[in-house]
Amino acid sequence: MQGMKKLGVGAVALFLSLSARADFTWNFPEPVTPMALDTLHVHNKFMLITAVIFVAVLAIMIYSIVTHRHSKGYKPVADKAPSTAVEIFWTLIPFAILLLIDFVIMGIPAYHSVVMMEDTRDQSTMVIKITGSQWRWQYEYLDGDAKGIKFVSNLATSNDQMHNEADKGEHYLLEVDNPLVLPVGEKVRILMTASDVLHNWWVPQFGSSRVAVPGFIRETWVQVEKAGVYRGQCKELCGKGHGYMPVVVNAVSKEEFAQWANKKQDEQKAANDVKEMTKDELLAQGKVVYEKNCAVCHQVTGAGLPPAFPALTGSKIATGPIFGADGKYQKDSHLDRVLNGKGVMPAWKATLNDTEIAAVITYERNALGNTAAVDALVQPAQVKAARE
Amino acid sequence: MSTTTVAHHDEHHDDHPTGIMRWLTTTNHKDIGTMYLTFSLVMFLVGGSMILGIRAELFKPGLQLMNPEFFNQLIGVHALIMIFAALMPAATGFANWMLPLQIGAPDMALPRLNNWGFWILPPSAILLTLPFTLALFGVGDGALATGWTFYPPLSVQGGIGVDFAIFAVHLLGISSVLGSINIIVTIYNMRAPGMTLMKMPMFAWGWLITAFLLIATIPVLAGAVTMLLTDRHFGTHFFDAAGGGDPIMFQHLFWFFGHPEVYILLLPVWGFIPQILQTFSRKPMYGYKAQVYSLWAIGALAVVVWAHHFFTAGMPVPALLYFMYSTMAISLPLAVLFYCWIRTMWKGSMSFETPMLFTVGWIILFGIGGLTGLVLADVAADAQYHNSYFVVAHFHYTLFAGGIMGIMAGVYYWLPKMTGHMYNEKLGKTHFWLTAISFNVTFIPQFFVGLAGMPRRIPDYALQFAEFNMISTVGAFVLGLSQLLFVYIIISCVKGGKKATDKVWEGAQGLEWTLPSPPPYHSFTEQPVVK
Repeated sequence: MQGMKKLGVGAVALFLSLSARADFTWNFPEPVTPMALDTLHVHNKFMLITAVIFVAVLAIMIYSIVTHRHSKGYKPVADKAPSTAVEIFWTLIPFAILLLIDFVIMGIPAYHSVVMMEDTRDQSTMVIKITGSQWRWQYEYLDGDAKGIKFVSNLATSNDQMHNEADKGEHYLLEVDNPLVLPVGEKVRILMTASDVLHNWWVPQFGSSRVAVPGFIRETWVQVEKAGVYRGQCKELCGKGHGYMPVVVNAVSKEEFAQWANKKQDEQKAANDVKEMTKDELLAQGKVVYEKNCAVCHQVTGAGLPPAFPALTGSKIATGPIFGADGKYQKDSHLDRVLNGKGVMPAWKATLNDTEIAAVITYERNALGNTAAVDALVQPAQVKAARE
Repeated sequence: MSTTTVAHHDEHHDDHPTGIMRWLTTTNHKDIGTMYLTFSLVMFLVGGSMILGIRAELFKPGLQLMNPEFFNQLIGVHALIMIFAALMPAATGFANWMLPLQIGAPDMALPRLNNWGFWILPPSAILLTLPFTLALFGVGDGALATGWTFYPPLSVQGGIGVDFAIFAVHLLGISSVLGSINIIVTIYNMRAPGMTLMKMPMFAWGWLITAFLLIATIPVLAGAVTMLLTDRHFGTHFFDAAGGGDPIMFQHLFWFFGHPEVYILLLPVWGFIPQILQTFSRKPMYGYKAQVYSLWAIGALAVVVWAHHFFTAGMPVPALLYFMYSTMAISLPLAVLFYCWIRTMWKGSMSFETPMLFTVGWIILFGIGGLTGLVLADVAADAQYHNSYFVVAHFHYTLFAGGIMGIMAGVYYWLPKMTGHMYNEKLGKTHFWLTAISFNVTFIPQFFVGLAGMPRRIPDYALQFAEFNMISTVGAFVLGLSQLLFVYIIISCVKGGKKATDKVWEGAQGLEWTLPSPPPYHSFTEQPVVK
C-alpha cells in the first residue's frame, strides 16, 4: 500500500511538472487560409454538438445508474411487452434527431465546404506543381513571375539530433533547406503528383491535404492570408523516411515574392550553366549532394542497408566503366542508374541538374572507399550529352 | 448406431482422444470455441506487446529503441494481428461456444469444417510474424512495413514481408469464410422448434449479419491482395500507372472490405451487449425489433460507404458528397441502438458485476468513438483529421473500447457458464477500472496531438507533440500491464473457484442458462421447445 501511495504521488508530481512547462494545444493551429478557417468552424461546431449529445446522454445514464439500482431495492418496471408501434415511435426520436443534425445542421454547411475545397478553377493567379518522392518534396512554378523555378526541398535537421547526440532545435524535424515561397493573398492552384509511392502534402494551418499519386495529377489550392512560416509534413506512409519529409512554406508579400523569384531565377540559370570542373570541385559539391539525397538509403559511409539498399563501397556499378567505345553511356552503368533509376532506386534526371549529377557520381567513384579505375571523373557536359 | 442402447450411445459420444490429439481432431463446438478464445487471448498479448514497443519509442522525440524500418513493421503487424488474430477469433470463439447453447442446438452444423477453420489460424499467425525471425537470421528485411492497409506502390516496393502477409491474409480470410458458412448454416437449420428468426437471441442476429458481410467482402480483399502479388512478381500493372493501372484502385478494393470489417468486428458485440444489459437490469431488452432492423440497416450501409477512408486521395465532388452523406446515415440506426441499450437500463433493477461494468463503460467509450466518427465523415474537416492521430484515437475508441472491451464484457459474462466456476469479482472490477482509466489516459491525448497536426505512422515527431505523447505512453503501459491481470483472472477461474449455479446471474434470460455450468460435452441431447 505504502508503495502504491508513493507511486501515486510520483505520478501526480510528474503530471504537474509536465503541465507547468508544457505547451499543450487543444485544437487546430491558427488557420491562415479560407479553407482552414472554414474547417476550424466546422470542427468547433461539430465538437459542440457532439459534446452536448454526449453530456446529455451520459447524464441520463448516470441518473439511471444512481437511481435504478438493485442494491437500493428498485423494482424493475414490468415492460408489458410494449406494442411494436409504441417502440417504433420511441426509437424514431433518436433517429429523427440525428437526421436533423446530419443532413441539416451539419450536412448543409458541409456541402458548401466541399464545393469550396474542390474549386480550383476560379481566380487562381498562379500554378505550382508539387512532386513527392522518397523522401523529399520538389516544387516547380509553372507560370507568373516565378515561371521555371524548380527546386528540391529536403529535411534540414541533422542526424545527430535524431539520434539524441545533439540538442534538438526549435523546429526539430520540421525544417528544410529550401522552403516553398508563396505570395500572400493569391489563390495558388496546386498540381500534385509523385514519382515513386503515395505521399500527402499537408500543412495543418492551410486546412488542405491531398494525396500525391504517382502517374496521376491531383489538384488542390491554397490562399495564404497572412505572412509567415508554416510547417507541416507528409501524412501518407511512404517508407522508412516518412517521418522525415517536412513541408515548410514561407508566405511573403507580393513584392518580396517578386524579388525572391528574380533572384532564384538568376541563381538557377547560373547553376544550370555547364562548365568544366576540377576533381576537387566535383568532389566537394558531390559530397553535399550525396549526403542530402543519397545517404538516407546508401548511408553516409556508402555501406548501404542490404538487401533493400545495396552498398556503394566496392559496388560493381560504382567502380565499373560508364562510357562505351562510342563515348555514349552504357546500359546499367553508374550514370544510367543515377539518371533513370531502377526498382527502388529513383530516377534523378528530373531532380538534379547536370552539375549535381556529375558531382555526385564523381564523389561516389572516388570517395566512400572507392577508387574507380575507369571513368573516374564525370563532367557536367557528359551528363548533359547523356540526357540528349 | 440405431441398434445401440441409449446409455451406451451417450458413453460412446463422450469418448474422445486425450492430450494434444483431442484438440487437433476435435469437432466439438465447445472445444473449438475454447481454442479460438485462447488463440485470441495469446495474439492479443502478442499484438499488444508490439504496440508497447511503439509507444516506448514514442515516449520522447528522437530515435531511442528502433530504426524507422522496424517501427513501420511493428505498426502494420500490430493492426493485422489485433484485427484478424485477436478480435475476429474472439467473436468466432463466442459464436462456437454460445450459438448452439442459445438456439438450442446440440453442436454447430458443420463440425469438421469448424475444426479446419480454427486450425488454419495458427499457421497464418506464424506466417505473419515469421519475417521478423527470418530477418534476425539475415533472410529478408523483416515483416510487412506498409501499415496494415498494404497500399501500393509502397507494398509493391516492399520486401518478402509483404508476400508473407498476403498469404497470411489469404489464410485468415479462408478461416473467416469457413466460420461464417458454419454459422449461417447453424442458425438457419438448427434452431430449437418454435424459435422463429424474430425470436432469436440478439447475439445470433449480430453474428448472422456479420457472417453475410464476411462472405460478401473477404473475397474482395483476397482478390485485391492477389492482384498485389501478381503486380509484385508476375509483371502485371493493376496498380501501376505506367502500365495503365491505378494505385488508388487498390484503396477502393481494400476498403470495400475494410469498412464492413469494422462492423464485422462490432456486430457480434452489439449482439451480446443487449443480452448482458437485460441480465443485469433484470428486465427484457428494449426494442428487440428496432434493434434487429438497425443491425440490418448498418450491415447494408457498411458496404456502400467505403471511400470515406480516403477522401484526400482525390475524387469527383459528387462522389465526395455521396460518400459523406451515406457515411453520416450510419449514425441513424446507431442512434436507435444506443437508445435501446440505454432504455433497457432505464428503470431496471441494476447491479454492477464486472460484465455490467464493462458494458456500461463500453456504451460510454464506444459513444465517444461513434461521435468522433460522425465528424470524420465531413469531407472538408476530414482533410485535417485524415491520417492524423485524431483518427488513431477515434478508431481505438471504436475497436479497443467498442471491440475488445465488449469482448471482455462477454468473457466475464459467460466465463462462469463455460468453466463452472465464478471468477474473482474483486479482481474483475479492478481489471475494469484499470482498463477503462488507462485506456482514456492513452487515447485522449492522441485526439489533441492529432488536432495539433501530428501525422500517424511516424517514428519520431516535432517537439510540440512531446508532452501528449509522453502521457499516452504512460497510459499505454498501464493498459498493457493491466491485461496480465485479465489473464490471471481467467486462468484462476478455469482452475477453480466458487461453483457457479446453472443460471449464474439472477436476471439471466435465454436457453444457455437452462443447462448446467459447465454444460455437458453435448449441449442439448433433447431439443428444447421455445414458445
